[in-house]
Amino acid sequence: MAQAADTRKRGKTSGKASPPDIDRTQLLAAYRTMLLIRRFEEKAGQLYGMQLIGGFCHLYIGQEAVVTGMTMAINEGDEVVTSYRDHGHMLACGMEARGVMAELTGRAGGYSRGKGGSMHMFSKERHFFGGHGIVGAQVSIGNGLAFSNWYRGNDRVCLTYFGEGASNQGQVFESFNLAALMKLPTVFIIENNKYGMGTSVERASASHDLSKNGTPWGIASAQVDGMDVLAVKAAAEVAVAACRAGKGPYLLEAKTYRYRGHSMSDPARYRPREELQLMRSQHDCIDHARHQLEELGVDEAAFKAIDDEVKAIIQDAADFAQASPEPDPAELWTNVLVEG
Amino acid sequence: MATQILMPALSPTMTEGKLARWLKNIGDDVRPGDVIAEIETDKATMELEAVEQGKLARILVTEGTEGVPVNTPIAVLSVNGESFAAAPILAAPVISAPVPAAQAIAPAAAALAEDKDWGPTAPTTVRDALRDAMALEMRADKDVFLIGEEVAQYQGAYKISQGLLDEFGPKRVIDTPITEHGFTGMAVGAALNGLKPIVEFMTFNFSMQAMDQIINSAAKTLYMSGGQMGCPIVFRGPNGAASRVAAQHSQCYASWFAHVPGLKVVSPWSAADAKGLLRSAIRDPNPVIFLENEILYGQTFDCPTDPDFTVPIGKAKVERSGTHVTIVAFSLMVGVALKAAEMLAAQGIEAEVINLRSLRPLDTDTVVASVKKTNRLVTVEEGWPFAGIGAEVAMRVIEHAFDWLDAPPVRIHGADVPLPYAVNLEKLALPHPEWVVDAVKKLI
Repeated sequence: MAQAADTRKRGKTSGKASPPDIDRTQLLAAYRTMLLIRRFEEKAGQLYGMQLIGGFCHLYIGQEAVVTGMTMAINEGDEVVTSYRDHGHMLACGMEARGVMAELTGRAGGYSRGKGGSMHMFSKERHFFGGHGIVGAQVSIGNGLAFSNWYRGNDRVCLTYFGEGASNQGQVFESFNLAALMKLPTVFIIENNKYGMGTSVERASASHDLSKNGTPWGIASAQVDGMDVLAVKAAAEVAVAACRAGKGPYLLEAKTYRYRGHSMSDPARYRPREELQLMRSQHDCIDHARHQLEELGVDEAAFKAIDDEVKAIIQDAADFAQASPEPDPAELWTNVLVEG
Repeated sequence: MATQILMPALSPTMTEGKLARWLKNIGDDVRPGDVIAEIETDKATMELEAVEQGKLARILVTEGTEGVPVNTPIAVLSVNGESFAAAPILAAPVISAPVPAAQAIAPAAAALAEDKDWGPTAPTTVRDALRDAMALEMRADKDVFLIGEEVAQYQGAYKISQGLLDEFGPKRVIDTPITEHGFTGMAVGAALNGLKPIVEFMTFNFSMQAMDQIINSAAKTLYMSGGQMGCPIVFRGPNGAASRVAAQHSQCYASWFAHVPGLKVVSPWSAADAKGLLRSAIRDPNPVIFLENEILYGQTFDCPTDPDFTVPIGKAKVERSGTHVTIVAFSLMVGVALKAAEMLAAQGIEAEVINLRSLRPLDTDTVVASVKKTNRLVTVEEGWPFAGIGAEVAMRVIEHAFDWLDAPPVRIHGADVPLPYAVNLEKLALPHPEWVVDAVKKLI
């Protein structure tokens, strides 16, 4: 596979002016969401270090543009489902940072009342269906969410996210077949961050262009620079429109990069430090959006205001997540079955 | 303002580590994401990244120091360029005490609806009873649909769904490709979104392909979501041995599924069980495993004709009253137990036969009450003995009626081998009424 850096045309060193059709308000909103996710994840990493968060904790730092751009293309009511690297998806869906962070600390104020943890969170109200710990399982479930839209005859679309590692699971290919066969309104998004835990995509996939993985079933597809939020948004709009129009599933491969290890305990020795440094310094999604906004005339004071607002939200979330009580011991026995 | 940088936990099990190297010096500017130090844990050398922007004001633990406990302050970061001296101490982390285990087994289900007399009956095959149950519930609730291999145009591999496609159309009676993992996960997703799927496995042997979605997604999501998102779904199909189909197509999954909190598991014997339990299963807001039996499909029983007839989940049925021994069985083995009871009656022994109907929740009360009367227990199941349903029933009797037992409980079960093909070997592997008769006679 070509290095991600080679396939990307833009960069803040390119000197090119931003395209004229950029909506400044939308880009500012995207910048804020990406910054919120990054600061949230940095804080989560810090709380993990303090042992306030335990177990597995998979951070989304570096990949923020993918979920932010995708979310900009959907409507209220459209479903979202993803893997265990889910904090960013929840924030982008409009779930509260407090409730997500309190779930990470295993407290009663968490979205799952402390019973799910980092990998298993849901919000019926925000149409977020998890948060799934088993690699690839959410892809079949995403088909079911899309199926329910088809069954009910509404025009909702489901966004089904998974990593390039999950893309090799058998049920993913079963799901491609089913979705194409039944013309389900699903956008499959492969977040290709190049490493499934410590195994690079080149060592795991015989397929060299994952966006073509749906080709045998005739699934329309595109590849997009996952470090560029506007590029993701543009690709997402095409994909979502096709699904909403009843044309069946669509597959997007977003080429992205995670800055941290697979989970908190992964030292990420399997990749050269230069690769990470290059992505961070040349292709960071937040830096790029900021650069575009600067070219649109957004001044330092506006950035400072967003920074301050985000910082306050995260601090509030961290405070809440530590102040919220542990679940009542009686919670051990609730929600095993729906009673009555 | 200044903040302390603490020795971080960098794995789920780390309690202390070595501060291997500082990568920033006092006075250096630090930005979020900058690697400031290397920490050696019990597993690996990890990089410590800064979270906040500022200047490295003080280093509190020199590099090379081993055994630094997690949460020890290791450096001070000056955030707004003020004096390096004052460093507020962060609040100590809250370490929670483990919650003592309150109970070993989840509390029993809430009080169950009692069986009632449903009045007139008509002779009905188990096959028709199952079909009628689905049709009645699909008429009543448009969110109910049937999905599986050959359920629509072929009218069901075992003709259980005969006529349903004609009545309900292809949107509600859906043929799938042979792709159990994929369509089971899809049905689970539909249920999480509020629909009420009936998933037919052509046989439960193929449910193993979809086991992850049944256990990890269907059974656990309600709990993992703190009660937000339930999974109202029925998984049904023939379970256990049929006839001469050998090891891979002859297996009882009762014990497998009954092990799992978050699932209900039922296994009907008669047409009335089949119709009444399937209607209850479809209406139940939880995932229900519905274990049928191919050999029973063509058998005819009297079945209530009342349009409101249902059988409550979690309630066993005493099929035959007796005073000398309690025989507990489910599914096809209820017939074996009743046949054995007839043979015993001819020898003057009156056996009480209990048809469990539900395996999870298990109707312990009915079994225990019977054993307190008869003082002897024999369980009969087609599946393997190890950690089987018979073992669970016997243990519950030991827990609740130990002093009433006049003899150790006895388990009758399928031979502890993969099921063989040869006619004589297959016969040796599956329980017969004679096995039950012999066991009872040894007890009395």
